[in-house]
Order: sequence, then C-alpha cells, then structure tokens
Amino acid sequence: MTQYRVLPGPEHFLPPAAASMGIYLPNPGEAHINGVIVPEEKAYEEAARQFLMAQVPTIFPGPLVLWAWNEKAAKKAAAVRKLYEILKECVQPGQKPMLIPMPDYRPKYPKINPEVEINPNHPNLTIWHNKIDCCMFIGVHCHQANLSLKIIRGGTSCYTVAMCAQAGHEDAMLSFRDASVEKILKLGEWIRKLKGTVKPRLTTAKTSASN
Amino acid sequence: MSKERIKISPDLYDIMPSDYQDLVQSATYGKEDRGWKDIGTSKELIEQHSLCAGCPESMAFRYILASLPNPEDTVMVGSTGCTSLVFPMVAVHNIHSLFGNQNAIASGLKRALSVRFPDRVKDVVVLAGDGATVDIGLDMTLQAWFRQEKFTTICFDNELYANTGGQESGLMQKGFVAKMAPVGKLFDKVRLPEIARESGCHYVVNCTVSKPSLVEKVIRNSVLIAREIGPTYIQLYTPCILEIGKNSMEGLQEMRDSEKPTERFAYKEYVSEPAKQFLAELAAKDKERKAAAKQLAGKA
Repeated sequence: MTQYRVLPGPEHFLPPAAASMGIYLPNPGEAHINGVIVPEEKAYEEAARQFLMAQVPTIFPGPLVLWAWNEKAAKKAAAVRKLYEILKECVQPGQKPMLIPMPDYRPKYPKINPEVEINPNHPNLTIWHNKIDCCMFIGVHCHQANLSLKIIRGGTSCYTVAMCAQAGHEDAMLSFRDASVEKILKLGEWIRKLKGTVKPRLTTAKTSASN
Repeated sequence: MSKERIKISPDLYDIMPSDYQDLVQSATYGKEDRGWKDIGTSKELIEQHSLCAGCPESMAFRYILASLPNPEDTVMVGSTGCTSLVFPMVAVHNIHSLFGNQNAIASGLKRALSVRFPDRVKDVVVLAGDGATVDIGLDMTLQAWFRQEKFTTICFDNELYANTGGQESGLMQKGFVAKMAPVGKLFDKVRLPEIARESGCHYVVNCTVSKPSLVEKVIRNSVLIAREIGPTYIQLYTPCILEIGKNSMEGLQEMRDSEKPTERFAYKEYVSEPAKQFLAELAAKDKERKAAAKQLAGKA
C-alpha cells in the first residue's frame, strides 16, 4: 500500500504521475479521495464540502459536453449548468462560483484569455488569474485531463475534482468514475444538503494570490 | 466541423468564447463557392496568428484556408517551422508531424480515412516549409509522389530556415548570404517543381501569394485533382522579411518583384493529361450549375 497521497500543491515543478506512485483507480461504485479508494457516497459528500468551502469553486466543462455531439452530451451539458446554478444558490456572500469552458486542447499562442477559457497545456494561468481554489473537470478527454490535473497539482494549491465518464483520474484529488447525468445531479443534491453547514475558506486577497 | 453536424450544447452556449460561437454561426463550412472573397465578411478559419507582423506566410495561410473546397472534411498535416506556430489557430483538423515526416504521415492518414469513411470525401493537405519538404523530408516527399498518394503537398518556400535564425536550405537561391550561412550558397536552388513533375505529380504550380484569386484557383485545382487523380504539388514563395532584411510592409512588393517573367517565381504550371481532362469536365459542370442557378433566380 503506497504512502503517497494526492494532495493540493504546489507539489513541485514536475510532480510525479500519481499512478507511478502507486495510486490506482476505483472500481465501479467507488471513487478515490487523495488516492484512497472510498465508497462513491463518501466522495459526493467530500466534493460538495470542498465546493462549499472554496472561495472560487469552479466547473471546467470540456469538449465532450460543450459540443452537442449527441443527445447524451447535450443532457450532460444541461446537468452541468444545473449543478452550477445549484452551486450559485448554495454559496455564501464572498464566494464566487465560476463556469469556465475548455473548448480547445491545442496550446494557444500568443496568449490565452484566462477570464473566458482554460487550456489544458497551461491551466495554471486560468487558475491563478481567477484565484480558483477548487475546480471540477467534466467532459475532458482523459489524456488532456491527466496532463492538466498534473500541471495544476504541480503549480497551484487548487483542489481538483474529476467527474470522469471512464475509469477516473489518479491525478485529481478526488475522482468519480462512470459520470452520468444522474451522478452530476446527485452531486448537486449533496451541495444542497450541506448548504449552510460548511464554513467557507474566505481568505484575504494576499493569501489567495499564492495559489 | 460542418455546422450541420457540430452544434454547441445549448445550455453551455453562453460560456463558449465568441470565436467558437462565430465559427458555428458564420464560418463558410459547407459553402460550395467559398473563396478568398469571403475574407473579411464571414468568420475566417484563421484570425489570430503568432507570425511576425507583415509575414507573407500569414497571407498565404489566409488565402489557402479560404480556398479549401471542403474544409470541414479536410485534414492538414504540418511540420516543424513557422507554420507549426500557426496551426493551433486554424479551424481545420490538423496534425503536427515530426520534422520531414509530413508526406509519410499524410499517406497513412489518407489511406486510413478512405477505409474509415468510404462514403465521404476526405481531403488531406500537407503544408510544410522548404526545409521539411526539400531537405529533411525529401525522401518522404518523393516516395509519396512515386506511390501516387492522393493528397496535395504545399511548400511554403522562404528559401532558408527562418525559424532557427537563417540557415541555408536546398531551396535557397545560389549566392545568397544568410545570417547563419555567411559563405553564401554555392549551388543552384533545387528545382523541386520539375522533380515533382517527373516524380508523378499531376498538377504542379510555382508562384507567389501576391494574388489571392490566383492562389484560390491553384489551391482548389490542386485539392480536387489530388482527390480524384493523384498527387499535386504547390510551391509558394512566402519570403521571410526578417531574414532578407525587409520591413513589415515590404513583403508584398518582394513577392511582386520575384514573380516577374525572368525571376525565379514567375508563374509556372504543369497539368498532366488526365488532370487537364478532369479540369475541363469540372469547368463544364460548374458552368452548368451556374446557369441552372441563374435560371432558378430568374424564375424566383
């Protein structure tokens, strides 16, 4: 059993892939928190708690839900929007939920506009700019999500959640697997359930800038 | 990315950056008569780019992307060089190959697309610099032509390795002294258009990008001939203004000077017999289509 834990960074310039440190993926019905396999129910509660604690809880939808490839993708997009609306309802004054798309995987030169998008090749720019301290990836192809989650862990202190439609992500601090409309909405229910019971981590501008 | 096939999820439409919304709403995907005249009036398939101010390569990119007959079903294969900095900004599927590998990648890609999509027309267009096409990738370039692979090869000829500071390339003109080639080129510019013709290309053009309507015609012909008959090769002069000591505003004039009848980029075209026949049939069909459209408009 590995002693390594997937924790908010900044870990260091080149953080190891969590898989190479002995972290493995959950089986169906399970999730992982910091690399420890847990029942899925526990992960809903923890993800909701992290969102409600964060100063800038943010959802990053990727191309698999941004584009209506099929009916299922459009339904997932609607669920993502619903989750964002729930988050806005449930946060306290001073918290600023955001919904920022990842429309393209290609590196953008000469610059990215971090206010309106995130790019997997330099996700830290969007996180730093908006002072994001908790984020969730959804609808991002696995390879790009892994790359991005590792960069975030390496260079920022942001807590990362992956709502993965496949087998999950070791490099996220919390990862679901087999994401579906029902699972996205269930996370929304947990956020509603914990509303008012979690103290937000409201920090000064100076400390949050150290993200 | 045909707009009939690709739609933004309605619930997340408002958060998509405006570039992507515009691509769906006002790009020229699926438009039969698309061309350089759409530039400035509809969403272009390239807007920002990371090239130097006034770089003729950026003009070439604009004209080529506006002229592709079937951009939603086209895959471009790029290579190392200034062009590889632009591809992330291009709204056409594209692949970055290893330096010089581009025609080998394109060969496999074209064959795979034919197997995967037997009922759909898929075009493959290679776009690489002179270093990738003539020096490092000459083997792959020629072998693709020998095998009669059905795709277009476009070479952006700036006559040196501009991206790395100005080293000598095979397409550099004899006697030219570059920043990193102080002795001056000792032998003649490689005559790749002639080699292309002898290697089996059915349509070969050597020109500059000073005239957008000419670029449009050349690109359209080359893609359509490659689709139906066999390999085509286009060599476009896109001078590196920095490496030849020009200012941002002087790129266009440099191209005009280089395309005079006695100069090395005077317009040269080779069309094989099957390609000639194909173009004639195409022109006849086009005429028919336009006449029918005119008649229909008259009735309306």
